[in-house]
Amino acid sequence: MVPSLVTLLVAAAVVVGAWSAVAAARNRRVSGAQLLTAAVVEALLLVQAVVALVRWATGDRDVDGVTFVGYWLTAVLLLPVGAFWAIGERSRWGNGVLALTGFVVAVLVLRLQQIWAAGG
Amino acid sequence: MASRTSSGFGRLLVAVYAVFAVSAGARAGVQLATDFAAAPLAYLLSAFAAAVYLLATVALTRPGRTARLVAAAAIGVEMVGVLAVGAASVAAPEAFPEATVWSRFGAGYGYVPLVLPAVGLWWLWRTRSGARRASASPAA
Repeated sequence: MVPSLVTLLVAAAVVVGAWSAVAAARNRRVSGAQLLTAAVVEALLLVQAVVALVRWATGDRDVDGVTFVGYWLTAVLLLPVGAFWAIGERSRWGNGVLALTGFVVAVLVLRLQQIWAAGG
Repeated sequence: MASRTSSGFGRLLVAVYAVFAVSAGARAGVQLATDFAAAPLAYLLSAFAAAVYLLATVALTRPGRTARLVAAAAIGVEMVGVLAVGAASVAAPEAFPEATVWSRFGAGYGYVPLVLPAVGLWWLWRTRSGARRASASPAA
C-alpha cells in the first residue's frame, strides 16, 4: 500500500459518496460529471491494487493472502457494478446507490490499509 | 425490465442487501475454510445470514408473486435471525467467541442489520399489488 494514495483514495471515494448523497437529497439523477469522478476513483483503485499486490507478492509482509486479495477484488469490482446499478435507475435513487457505493469503497480501502498494516 | 420491488427506492434497498450478501458471504467463506473448529456456531450462523441476504437480494430483483413471497420469507427470517442471534449474543457472549453479522443486533455494522429487515418489510408492503403506484418515486 502507498500511504498517500490510500489517503487520496479514501478522500475521493468519500467525495463520490457525499456528492451523490447531496444529489439524491436534491432529487437529481446521476450526472456525467459524477460518473467521470467515479471512473477516476476506479483508475486510482486499480493503480493502488496493482502496486499493493506486487508489493505483497514480492515482499515478506505477513499479510493474510486470501483476505487481502479478496478485499481487493471486491473493492475493484464494486464501483463498476454499483455505477451500472445506479444508472439503471432514472430517479434520485440512482444517486442513493452511487452514494452507498462510494462510502463502501472508502470503508474497503480503510480495511485494506488495516490488513496491510497488521502484517508489519 | 426491473421488478416493482427493485425500482425507485427499491434500487437502493437491493444494493444494500447485495453489500450485506457479499460481506457476510465473504466473511463466512474465509471463516469456514480456514478455521471452522474455532467457533462452529458463529461461523455457521454467518453462512446462514449470508444465504438469507443473497436470497433476499435476488428475490427483490425478480418480478412476480412468487419472488415477492420468497423476499418476504427471507426478510422475515432475517428479522427473526437478527433479533434471536442479537439477544443470544448479549445473554451468552461465551457462545459467540467470533462475531457474526447479527451479533449484538448488528452493532459491528452500525445496527444496519437490525433496521434493514424492517425497511425491507415496509418496502414489500408499500409496493404490494393494489397499492398506489406513487411508490416508484416517493416524495420522501
